[in-house]
Amino acid sequence: MSNPLTTPINDLFAGDLDVVNVGLAMFEQDIAKQGAKVTTLDWTPPGGGKPEILAALDALEVPEVAARIEAANAEAVQRIANSQPMLTGFGRAIDVVPGMTPTTILHSGPPITWDRMAGAMKGAVTGALVFEGLAADLDEAAELAASGAITFSPCHEHDCVGSMAGVTSASMYMHVVHNETYGNTAYTNLSEQMAKILRMGANDESVIERLVWMRDVLGPMLKEAMEIGGPIDLRLLLSQALHMGDECHNRNIAGTVLLQQALAPSLLQTSFTTEQKKEVFDFIASSDYFSGPTWMALAKAALDAAHGIPGSTVVTTMARNGVEFGIRVSGLAGNQWFTGPAQQVIGPMFAGYKPEDSGLDIGDSAITETYGFGGFAMSTAPAIVALVGGTVQEAIGFTREMGEITTAQNPNVTIPVLDFQGIPTGIDVRKVLSTGIMPVINTAIAHKEAGIGMIGAGITNPPVEAFEKAAKALAASFN
Amino acid sequence: MSSTAVVKKNTYFDSVSLMAISTKANGLDDVEQAFVAMGTEMNKGVLGNLGLLTPELEAAGNGDLMVVVEAREGADVDAVLAAVEELLTRKAPAAGDTTVTHRTIAAAAQDNPAANLAVIAVNGAYAGREARKALENGLHVLMFSDNVSVEEEISLKELAHDKGLLMMGPDCGTAIINNVGLCFANAVRPGSVGIVAASGTGSQEVSVRIHALGAGVSQLIGTGGRDLSEEVGGIMMIDGIRALAADPSTSVIVLVSKPPAPAVEQKVLAEIATAGKPVVVYFVGGSEEAVVAAGGHFAAGSQDAALQAVRLGVDPKAEVEPLDTTRVDEVAALLKPEQRYVRGLFCGGTLCDESMYAMFDLGDEVWSNIQKDPERRLTADSASAAHTFLDFGDDDFTNGRPHPMIDPSLRLARLVEEAKDPEVAVIVMDFVLGFGAHEDPAGVTLPAIEQAKQIAADAGRHLEIVGYVLGTDLDTPALDEQIAALKAAGVTVTRSSTETGQFARAIARKASNA
Repeated sequence: MSNPLTTPINDLFAGDLDVVNVGLAMFEQDIAKQGAKVTTLDWTPPGGGKPEILAALDALEVPEVAARIEAANAEAVQRIANSQPMLTGFGRAIDVVPGMTPTTILHSGPPITWDRMAGAMKGAVTGALVFEGLAADLDEAAELAASGAITFSPCHEHDCVGSMAGVTSASMYMHVVHNETYGNTAYTNLSEQMAKILRMGANDESVIERLVWMRDVLGPMLKEAMEIGGPIDLRLLLSQALHMGDECHNRNIAGTVLLQQALAPSLLQTSFTTEQKKEVFDFIASSDYFSGPTWMALAKAALDAAHGIPGSTVVTTMARNGVEFGIRVSGLAGNQWFTGPAQQVIGPMFAGYKPEDSGLDIGDSAITETYGFGGFAMSTAPAIVALVGGTVQEAIGFTREMGEITTAQNPNVTIPVLDFQGIPTGIDVRKVLSTGIMPVINTAIAHKEAGIGMIGAGITNPPVEAFEKAAKALAASFN
Repeated sequence: MSSTAVVKKNTYFDSVSLMAISTKANGLDDVEQAFVAMGTEMNKGVLGNLGLLTPELEAAGNGDLMVVVEAREGADVDAVLAAVEELLTRKAPAAGDTTVTHRTIAAAAQDNPAANLAVIAVNGAYAGREARKALENGLHVLMFSDNVSVEEEISLKELAHDKGLLMMGPDCGTAIINNVGLCFANAVRPGSVGIVAASGTGSQEVSVRIHALGAGVSQLIGTGGRDLSEEVGGIMMIDGIRALAADPSTSVIVLVSKPPAPAVEQKVLAEIATAGKPVVVYFVGGSEEAVVAAGGHFAAGSQDAALQAVRLGVDPKAEVEPLDTTRVDEVAALLKPEQRYVRGLFCGGTLCDESMYAMFDLGDEVWSNIQKDPERRLTADSASAAHTFLDFGDDDFTNGRPHPMIDPSLRLARLVEEAKDPEVAVIVMDFVLGFGAHEDPAGVTLPAIEQAKQIAADAGRHLEIVGYVLGTDLDTPALDEQIAALKAAGVTVTRSSTETGQFARAIARKASNA
């Protein structure tokens, strides 16, 4: 001890005591009474107190392992933030989506077989088979789906994301979003607007008619418009939309206006009739959700660029199929899914429906939270706090809390009310398990039966099991 | 009557809150029996013993909350459950909703760079992990938690040593840092006596005696009870001595511990030579030679430790009044011939130890749950024998219960039990005031004292009850009021832990000679 006065202990003695209190609240009062600063943690046992999860977390905290993880995670969030997803065009799935065939049906979430699918997904699949002309009616479609002649595959395994049931068939028109920075491309379906729609499990004639019109008019017109107008910088629009009060998952008013503003001049120049153009304009105006899928494709393009970085514990996918919730993690490359049971979505229901009518959490839209908006950016969308049953203060709390389980803030997408803090980015499996804080997801509620559609909206969380399995696999990957 | 069980997944409450909640739940009108606890193996074992363990409860994990309610006949079970539920609802945070509550030490430390110490009081299975996080984030640590392995303790203390940080604990219940009492501590005035202590109530007693002598405490560094074991090797006590040696506000250092492992004692005492200030060593029941040889000042008791420290570092003329023997004679005259034994019922381990050691002069008929001699060791279930000294804060008594400084029920029951024994001359008790302790330790004991005295009186005996109130005039509740309440109930109140032992011994000696 050459210069004892500079030791941390003597610094402590020379300064003011400032205590972090963990475990017993009664100590806080005693310390505060004596005039010292003290804050008490809202502490829960890490890993839910499960020994095998604690062991996995410990393995990931060995200093040399932790150092590798930090570096890999820094790379992952840099890739997410630096990605510049550009909307470059629209095209039929069969023409643009890798691995698409005329008898392939893509769906949301982790892999699932027909027999295990949720009601909404079954409804969407049978509707899509009728729409594609592969079945004459819904009954025949159900038989075909069960026959083994249809290839079911997750959207995520084809560079796609799909809202709600995510059901995507060959002739549906897709957004094409190119990641300018890293060269990869992501795809997603077009918004069907409304509540009674295929992706929510509805499949009657009105639903199929709309899909036909989208295939024959909306899709081709958007495709032509993009060829006229050229690429649109989606991240720029996203940032603006967040500044205008959208969180771009459950609220898309500003984003849809911005996207339409960018598309409108080109749409007007397409070769379609004025009547058809008015139909398209009316369709876009019929629901604020029009741009919802667009932001999903943006997020997918950025997160795919961050997937497969050895050692990274950053979550690159959160997706649900209505039965299971699955995540993928950057450091565990390829299509390794870690799953747990899909959860109930808690939130207001449309009149006439009760919570017991709800299907479980479904859709790839949690890609928005995985990127850092949606539920993570709740604080920028005070207008919809009622949708999540909370106050503005609570909404701000959501974003702050998500900061505890993420790796960094994205400087390119900011929240004015938080002094332009960047959105919380790069969910870290380790942090989720050590804090017990689950990612918050804003989402819609589909009816549990096929054929009905959307019945509400609210918030939900992933099941902890998905993160536990991922942590164990990550720990094993360092052995 | 049937029981209803609810498992709330991933819902965590700390054990003290749960006990408070359980207590309140059991007090609800329609509740026959209620049990609110985390789904630990231990708690499930308890439910199993009560015959209340259902498969659903069996499946509950450490992070799940179990609520089991047996409602009274005819009660509305749902309403009862709702009432219990309401008890679980946390109070809204204080006014001003800008307060940010963190979930992790790392997040709290990063958000507040001024944070410098973590108090960790979580289940021992998680405590080591939290302490490591705190140390890695540059925080000093006071670890109240016990049930931490000795390997973990060593690794934490080595990490702290390398970083130049304090690692107080595991199982450290007392510290005073920058005049702020942490966990179980007393309000003492700031001063220049620095204390490093491996025993909680021992260090509380020394700090309180220093205060009573008009001096004050610069720092009280707790080390945890195992620091001076062979395995741990006194890492924290040695770092503590060095820190106080380098502290310009400290003029004298006091070491408090049970006797260390011999090799460790040597290492610790070797620090005295380089401390550059007087060091008083109070190792309960330890030997004078080694201390003196190392250049230290040997203290035979807690009062002596405080007195020597104050004389060496503050006021050479400090004095302590000697034991008043007239009261001893008065009491001895009231006793029947068969009333020969002392029964000590203590909250504080070191207080128990000190009184027990005082009795060793009288022979070897001294029994205790903290006896070093296994032949004369008692368990929580065994009846008292001859002179018996029970430390109710020892693991044997606290298993699954709060510390007796918080929950006095076991000790109260024992007090009444001891009063029935015709061979008992004196019952000795401590009453510990201060932060973390019961809000009125004397008051909560008075009914049992009255009952005990009545039992003896009905049997035609005088039962002498001796009480020592460990506290200062700055503590809440006030020391004076506690003493007055005990005296009014006929309790003889002693003035220090040391005097308590002396008084008990003096009466026992008289009684055995009678």
